[in-house]
Amino acid sequence: MISERGRVPVEEGKMTKTGKPGINRRTTLALMGAGAFTVASPWVARAQAKTIKIGMPTILSGRVAQLGTSSRNAVMLEVEKVNAAGGLAGRQIEMVVRDSKGQPQEAARIARELVNTDGCEIILDGEASSGSFAVHEVARDIGVLCIHTCSEASSLTADPKQHIPNAFRCVRQGIHDSIAGGSYAANIAKAKGLKKWATCSPDYAYGRDTTAEFVTYLKHFAPDVEIISENWPKLFQPDYTETVTKILQAKPQALYSALWGGDLTSYIDQANIYAMFTQMEVFAVNMADYTALTVVKNLPKGIHSGNRYIKTYPATAENAAWGDAYKAKYKEYPTNWSWQNATAVMFLSEAAKKANSTDGKKLAEVLTGLTIKCPFGADGTVTMRGEDRTLVGYAIGWGTTIPNEPYVPEVKSGDWKQIFALEAEWKKSKGYT
Amino acid sequence: MDLDALIGCLGSSACVVTQTTSGLIIGMLLFLVAVGLTLIFGVLKIVNFSHGAFYMFGAYFALTGYQLTGSFVVALLFGAIGAALIGLIFERVFISRVYGRDVLMQLLVCYAFVLIFDDTVKLIWGAEFKSMGMPEAFQVPPWFIAGGVVPPFYILLISVALAVAALLGIGLARSRLGKVIRAAAHNPDMVSALGINTALIYGSVFALGCALAGLAGALAAPVRSMTPGMGFSVLIESFIVTVIGGMGSILGALIGALLIGLIRSFGSLGFPLFTDGLMYLFMVIVLVARPTGLFGKDVA
Repeated sequence: MISERGRVPVEEGKMTKTGKPGINRRTTLALMGAGAFTVASPWVARAQAKTIKIGMPTILSGRVAQLGTSSRNAVMLEVEKVNAAGGLAGRQIEMVVRDSKGQPQEAARIARELVNTDGCEIILDGEASSGSFAVHEVARDIGVLCIHTCSEASSLTADPKQHIPNAFRCVRQGIHDSIAGGSYAANIAKAKGLKKWATCSPDYAYGRDTTAEFVTYLKHFAPDVEIISENWPKLFQPDYTETVTKILQAKPQALYSALWGGDLTSYIDQANIYAMFTQMEVFAVNMADYTALTVVKNLPKGIHSGNRYIKTYPATAENAAWGDAYKAKYKEYPTNWSWQNATAVMFLSEAAKKANSTDGKKLAEVLTGLTIKCPFGADGTVTMRGEDRTLVGYAIGWGTTIPNEPYVPEVKSGDWKQIFALEAEWKKSKGYT
Repeated sequence: MDLDALIGCLGSSACVVTQTTSGLIIGMLLFLVAVGLTLIFGVLKIVNFSHGAFYMFGAYFALTGYQLTGSFVVALLFGAIGAALIGLIFERVFISRVYGRDVLMQLLVCYAFVLIFDDTVKLIWGAEFKSMGMPEAFQVPPWFIAGGVVPPFYILLISVALAVAALLGIGLARSRLGKVIRAAAHNPDMVSALGINTALIYGSVFALGCALAGLAGALAAPVRSMTPGMGFSVLIESFIVTVIGGMGSILGALIGALLIGLIRSFGSLGFPLFTDGLMYLFMVIVLVARPTGLFGKDVA
């Protein structure tokens, strides 16, 4: 752990010769302990370096490399601003970004190496859920300040067993999206009489959890809804024809999908030629992200989607300017992972100003419950909620797609009061509170 | 397990037509990849573990061809010819050095090139996924046959694959080149002694196999997103098809691919959580009953 008791004697130790008269045995033992602690926790010894290294394991190769790259890009965009404004409490930030290839054990190894070998004092964990849990354990073990920036798995911060004082999550949460999505979809279902639903989501933890939570809240708000067909294609499955035709046979009135990225675009292309989108309402939580919106050549009109990242929601000048600045620099639009990573750097910058320090423990204390101005906030601000050290107050909503920019012209915002109330019930039902 | 859904489907002409078409589509794309694999094995005795990469190259070349010309026909030619050219170079420079070597050496060489080819695609086309989009001519409502839904694009896809199967079958059986290829597969030393350039035959057969995989990739490009490494999952299913049909048998590849397509299509109704398992189970049953595969003796 980063502690004042551990750090101060190290600095004194430079000027003090142990064993001299006047230093008793207890002091000598304390100094030896501090020395051992320094060897085991090298970031403490480097805390006074002029630059501050921030380590970032993320996915830079493989099927989801674009998300990792967009995370790194967003971080660099914000870090340049922080450095231009004087740095983090006067220290210029040096990012050390490493490719985990999406493998949890590699993510954990890299995180440990970034701290112990590269001397990083803070970790921005740009991993998907499976990797984030691994990095979380590293943070628990070595006590470095860690901000998760990509994992949407609710249990990462909802489950009290995961709580450690040095770890935060600056990411949207599956449970928040499900409540907002369930409420939005239920309103459409009631208005259009959509009672028979089908689901089609990738067959792994994220797909199953997100779908189950969405269905729970859809039924909560619209009890008449019935799920008549469940479909679980494999992650990265190349062909969805059998799933498309199976859903057509079931004749649902509406379809929910948690497919994402290339899987979602393949599914849309393959479902499109069966005219599926004219036969039912489609709710695809991950559609409204530029990675998917700009790739699908024949995007059907009227797909309902949760917002991931679009520069028109929240409809503020700050958000639009941020999206444009990102595109101008990297020649492509940001992703959902981008805004989350950018927000993490904004939090660090603000926390360092308030703490006037880059000490991990002090930053963690300030980060807990901190509210900052942010282009991605529902009301222009976002908060790192104190009780579970997770992000709340971000812009969350659903809308329908059109084939061209702005792609989702109108987004209906989720109600954070409702989200908080139902999230509290959900936590209770899970035994988290 | 949802046997009611399966039985209900079998009692409905609309469902039978839709699911059968669905099975044909899955099967025919698999056939184009698997037939190249089985042709290469049948003649060259090489298990081409990098075959999925040529499916990937076909899709990416087709994308480039389509972006340059807007013509889907040109895109198909780009996909098939591009994959064939890379295949030819690959065979002449690298694969020809492992002829007659043990399978482990072939596996190592092929696997190394799977990684190299994936990274090459990443360098040229980028790491992010791509989509070609449906050609304008096929952006039309699906046809309804006996109440079943049949997209016109898939009719084209099935027709092209069937035409390829017929051409290959007739060409190998009746043309002079086909006879030479079959002779080279049976006794390459004798063919060489007759003054025929076996290196040219081998290179041509490898390129043809790669062209077929490339054609499959090009045909799939409008409906499947493209990513580096996309050939891997297709390769696994193609191996299943080849094993079921019998290594080296073109007819076996066709029948095996159709069976796998239909198993996936109808299996997703009756056994939604065990569709992949059904494929493997069927493969095991075939191997137990006939270790050489359904048409294992019909070596091309």
